[in-house]
Amino acid sequence: MTATATRRRRFSVGKGFAWAYLIGVLVVTIFPFYWILRTALSDNYALSAHPASPLPVGFTWGPFKRVLGLATTQESIAEGGSGASIEIGHFLVNSVVYASVSTALIVFFSTLAAYAFSRLHWRGRDFMFSLFLTALMVPGILTLLPNFVLVKELGLLNTFAGMILPGALFSAFNIFFLRQFMLGLSTETEEAALLDGAGRLRVLFGITLPMSSGPIITLSILGFIGMWNDYFWPLLVTSDDSVQPLTLALAVFKQSSPQSQPDWAGLMAATLVAALPMLALFMVFGRRIVNSIGFSGIK
Amino acid sequence: MAVLETTARDQRAAGEATRRRKNARRTTNPYSPAHRGDAKLAWVLIAPALVGFAVFAAYPTLRGIYLSFTDFAVLSPPEWIGLDNYRQLLHDEVFWSSLGVTVYFVLLSVTLSLIVSVVTAAVLHRLTSSTVVRGLIILPFLISAVVAGTVWWWMLDSQLGIVNIVIKAFGGDGIQFLTSRDWAIPSVALINVWKQMGYTSIIIFAGLQTIPPTIYEAGRVDGASELRMFRTLTLPLLRPILALVVVLNVIGAFQVFDIISVTTKGGPANASNVLQMYIYSKAFGQFDFGYAAAMSLALFVILIAITFLQMRLLRASESDTN
Repeated sequence: MTATATRRRRFSVGKGFAWAYLIGVLVVTIFPFYWILRTALSDNYALSAHPASPLPVGFTWGPFKRVLGLATTQESIAEGGSGASIEIGHFLVNSVVYASVSTALIVFFSTLAAYAFSRLHWRGRDFMFSLFLTALMVPGILTLLPNFVLVKELGLLNTFAGMILPGALFSAFNIFFLRQFMLGLSTETEEAALLDGAGRLRVLFGITLPMSSGPIITLSILGFIGMWNDYFWPLLVTSDDSVQPLTLALAVFKQSSPQSQPDWAGLMAATLVAALPMLALFMVFGRRIVNSIGFSGIK
Repeated sequence: MAVLETTARDQRAAGEATRRRKNARRTTNPYSPAHRGDAKLAWVLIAPALVGFAVFAAYPTLRGIYLSFTDFAVLSPPEWIGLDNYRQLLHDEVFWSSLGVTVYFVLLSVTLSLIVSVVTAAVLHRLTSSTVVRGLIILPFLISAVVAGTVWWWMLDSQLGIVNIVIKAFGGDGIQFLTSRDWAIPSVALINVWKQMGYTSIIIFAGLQTIPPTIYEAGRVDGASELRMFRTLTLPLLRPILALVVVLNVIGAFQVFDIISVTTKGGPANASNVLQMYIYSKAFGQFDFGYAAAMSLALFVILIAITFLQMRLLRASESDTN
């Protein structure tokens, strides 16, 4: 009796520590997001006077106006800005095009290849599959520079084609991931359809593809997040803001801020603007994203 | 980038795949009428992937190796110079210090991230299965490293940054997080851990969920404490997932670039000049593509060696139970 009671009490003390730890982790995780918002709604001069205030100081929409280019250069400089702004709508479109086209193409082409590797019988299949898998061993840094040279030679610098093409056709991981899933899928329905005289393509698009929608969505979500946040590759192949994505626009905006006395409020407003689309996506697909990440590790 | 982050995962499952494929071959006759015409369709279906593989993976790899033996400044054609780049590499103090800085970053970042993630995943697993909590933990993973770097650049500012203000409020001395030689790499590592920790925790959490609860019931009947069960049951059973996570984190950390490019830019005085930063500045600052290619190849060899070593040390493919 007493032994059980003691153990239970010790256990709940442990549980208390665990909760404290978890809350600590959550605070550290969330706090920077709050701090972005708090700073973005503050006035630069008030900020330097009250840097520790937990609430916005000298509340103003000025930083957002500066970032979105709604304030004149004089107004911007008077508030501690640099006069630079981010044409948010324009860069948003660039990011959406880059991330969604890349993701759609790579997932689609990977699905086709995965079907060929998991359902069709053909000479050379095993060899081709092993060949594809070798690409997993090659780190990005080795192919990035030569790929830059190639894109430049093709005259595709500063074009969406140049940004998207190198990553749109082939992904060893996607093919592998989908093939594994398809191999584990029951083929009964597909075989019945084939016996009924349905063509291979019809089976692929009508049966296999819908049945694989789980992993396809997982890969799409993870791919989209990765592409949306991509910085290094666009940095290499774009110098013109007609195609640059939002991540680059933020970096450029940050560089334009005076180094000695940065426009902190403006910078945080820009950061929020850059992070907002992903946060919105999270509000809508949160559960799906969390499950996708867990799923990708287990498979 | 995404491709290489997944190396380990695939190696792990590759064995299983081969096994399954062999079974499949035994049961289906490849020459049955049902598979007539398969070959033609198969080649059509893999054609886009094959083109992508050949043009944007295989060719650049071989070309990168070739370029590392040349003097190449992009505008004029590459000129063969044999091993000169590698000779230069051996005597390049900046390269060796970059390598040292990178290894220091990787060790700090991966160790810290692993400890925090394992504890967080275990705590989550024990306390709550709320998707909301897991969702909040994953938030930093969703934003770009550029955003994360910029926010922390502000929060770690030596004068107005909130972190220093808190430290001073508790009577400590302010720390020059991103502007002093000693603190630059630890600070960047902390930012990286903040950004990656949620993702890693969720993967480990998913791994924990695959462990059958009956194992713990058995342990409890034997009178084992929570901590003891964690050490003797959970950790060994998690070994394959932990191996995967470590390999992914190490490979990612070795190629850190984004956070550094928006915070320290490699400074002060090369104190945080990691390899990828140095390679980038050689290629695009000084247009020395040949030398940059040689360094990329060196980094590649290092990554391969480390991956193999880790897989062996962690015996990734098996958990301790079998």
